[in-house]
Amino acid sequence: MAAGGKGGAKTAAAPAKPARDRVGVAIVCLVSWLVPGAGHLQLGRREKGLVFLIALPVMFGMGLYLGGRLFPFAWSEPLVALAAVADLGAGLWYFAARFAGYGGGQVVAVTYEYGNTFLIVAGLLNFLVMLDAFDIALGRK
Amino acid sequence: MASHVLWLTVFAFLVSLVFAVLLRDTPREQLRTGAQVFGAFLGAALLLGWLMFPFPL
Repeated sequence: MAAGGKGGAKTAAAPAKPARDRVGVAIVCLVSWLVPGAGHLQLGRREKGLVFLIALPVMFGMGLYLGGRLFPFAWSEPLVALAAVADLGAGLWYFAARFAGYGGGQVVAVTYEYGNTFLIVAGLLNFLVMLDAFDIALGRK
Repeated sequence: MASHVLWLTVFAFLVSLVFAVLLRDTPREQLRTGAQVFGAFLGAALLLGWLMFPFPL
C-alpha cells in the first residue's frame, strides 16, 4: 500500500487534458479561425466559446453596418494588404460578406473609419482566439 | 447613428469583453479585467479628446 494512507497520496499533478496530435491541433485551429469560438466549444470551453461566437460576429457585422471596407490584397500597398490579412481573420464571416457583396466601404460616410476599425479588430481578435485554442489543444492551458 | 461616443463605447465594450474572457478563467476575474480594460479605453479616449480640444489652434 502506498504511503500516505487510504487510496495513496498524489505524487505528481496530472495534466488537465492530454495534448492532441498535430492533425487534431490543426483541425482545432482551422475550426477556430473559420467560426470564431467554435474551437473553444470543440475543446469543451463552452462559456468562452459562446462569448466569442457572439461577440466577434457582432463586431464584424457592426463594421459592415458602419460602412467599413474589406480591404483587397494589394501587396503594392503594404498597409492595405495588412488590413486585408486582419479582415481575413473573421473566417467564414469574411467570405460570406464578400460573397454577399458587402464590405465595399462608404468612404464618404462619417463612420467609415469606425467601420474599418471594427472589421480589422474583429479579425485580429479572432486570431488571438485561435492562438488561445491552439494552446488549449496542446494542453498548455 | 453617427455618434462617435456611442461607437467608441460599443467598441470598447466588445474588445474588453473578448480580452477579459480570453485572459481570465473565473467570472470574477473576467468581470474585474473587463471593467479595467473598458474603463481604460473610455478614460484614454476622453483624456485624448480633451487634450486635442484646442486643435487646430
